[in-house]
Amino acid sequence: MKFMFRRIWGLMYRHLSLYRRSWPRVLELAYWPILQMCIWGFTARFLAARMGNPGLMAGAALLGGVLLWEVTLRSQMGMSISFLEEIWSRNLGHVFVSPLRPFEMIAALIAMSIIRMLLGVIPAVLLAWGLYAFNLFSLGPVLILFFINLMIMGWAVALGVVSLVLRHGAGAEPLAWGVLFGLAPFSAVFYPVSVLPIFLHPIAYALPSTHVFEGMRAVLLQGEIRWDYLAAAFGLNIVWLLGAAYLFARQFHAARVSGALISIGE
Amino acid sequence: MMNAIHVEDLSKRYGDMLAVDTISFVAPQGSTVGLLGGNGAGKTTTIAMLLGLLVPTSGRITVLGHDVATDRFAALARMNFSSPYVALPARLTVMENMMVYGHLYNVPDVKQRIATLARELNLGEILNRPAGQLSAGQKTRVALAKALINRPEVLLLDEPTASLDPDTGDMVRTWLEQYRAESGCTILLASHNMAEVERLCSHVVMLKKGQVVDRGSPGELLARYGRDDLEAVFLDIARDRRQAIPA
Repeated sequence: MKFMFRRIWGLMYRHLSLYRRSWPRVLELAYWPILQMCIWGFTARFLAARMGNPGLMAGAALLGGVLLWEVTLRSQMGMSISFLEEIWSRNLGHVFVSPLRPFEMIAALIAMSIIRMLLGVIPAVLLAWGLYAFNLFSLGPVLILFFINLMIMGWAVALGVVSLVLRHGAGAEPLAWGVLFGLAPFSAVFYPVSVLPIFLHPIAYALPSTHVFEGMRAVLLQGEIRWDYLAAAFGLNIVWLLGAAYLFARQFHAARVSGALISIGE
Repeated sequence: MMNAIHVEDLSKRYGDMLAVDTISFVAPQGSTVGLLGGNGAGKTTTIAMLLGLLVPTSGRITVLGHDVATDRFAALARMNFSSPYVALPARLTVMENMMVYGHLYNVPDVKQRIATLARELNLGEILNRPAGQLSAGQKTRVALAKALINRPEVLLLDEPTASLDPDTGDMVRTWLEQYRAESGCTILLASHNMAEVERLCSHVVMLKKGQVVDRGSPGELLARYGRDDLEAVFLDIARDRRQAIPA
């Protein structure tokens, strides 16, 4: 067990060393969340100024959505890009012939995604509080459960991306940046599911994030914690994570059969 | 003497292409075995299967008594690998790279181990330089240090002196000889440098088109083909110029 944690730390140390000597990398983590917060923060302020209290409530839901969506996005990108770093540096061969087990590598990538997500999201949360008087923590302790669910969904999507990179090589890399944007319209980030056409509801409700954002609006607008939404989000996340883990295991084995682990950077 | 590496009827097929065709060989503990062959002979594929990076189509590999198919992590902890074709993270310093692999291999007192390797492989001045800024010779020495970080009992080396100047190449070979003599490590060496193979290897396996076409000690091969050096033997086999002289 002690050796397992040391191996996980070894891979984390590799990624943390990159950030220690490169401030642009650290800056990049916070850049997009801050930019998003600026754009949507001023939009929310405009709505509040023009529409009064309803605009204020809509603005709060908007800012909450922006911040929480960043949690999913940064968790997914943090894990996917940490894996891609190994491919870009042609180091994957060394990593996979060390005693590091695949699940330990995933654990290290998850730990890195948490660190990257916090470095990206915390400045945006502080900006929302300082500039727009929006305190994300006013959601209460349930915020932790929202965070956990959104992070798990991000990891499941990231595992899917890593699996596709193992299967298709560098051609699948752009998915690391774009895949979650494709899910955003169905995730009810900025609007309730009821706004979507009926035929899209099953897709929306199959996403763990949808239940988190519906739950977030229930807290912000009605002051009510919807445990049913949280339970659905957790349940779906278990299914998503198991599915992604199965996909990863299959693709990792397939890569060992086809030789993709040797030529993956090509 | 116990065999540190035991390869039995090993094959690897990619679609219609048979990259490795039912090869068998052993590497006795403490020996240095050369895996020779031209480009595409199956050397790198064989090494990848020994490391568990590649699943064989058929056959069996055991390293230090561990079946690579079922127990590869136990074997990997006791072996290591170096190749100029697999890089270390370029933006990390040599020290950071060594620390990473020290942790991955659970090396006790890793800083002390790095200091020892830095002294023995003359890395002291470059420990704090990013790996991407090193010369080819420095990179090779760093790759070798990484491969030795866990005091491996089995060391797989894929062209360890490729692109090195004669002086650095000789230094690396001398160091490998010393390490093997002191530690009892088993070395499997894939190389195109025949002088290196003659100097380091006690046994040679010649591969061609994925098959073992000959084997023996360098001296036995020289006698068998009636040649003065292993390069001529290599060319005889590669170009089908001459058959081995029957004993």
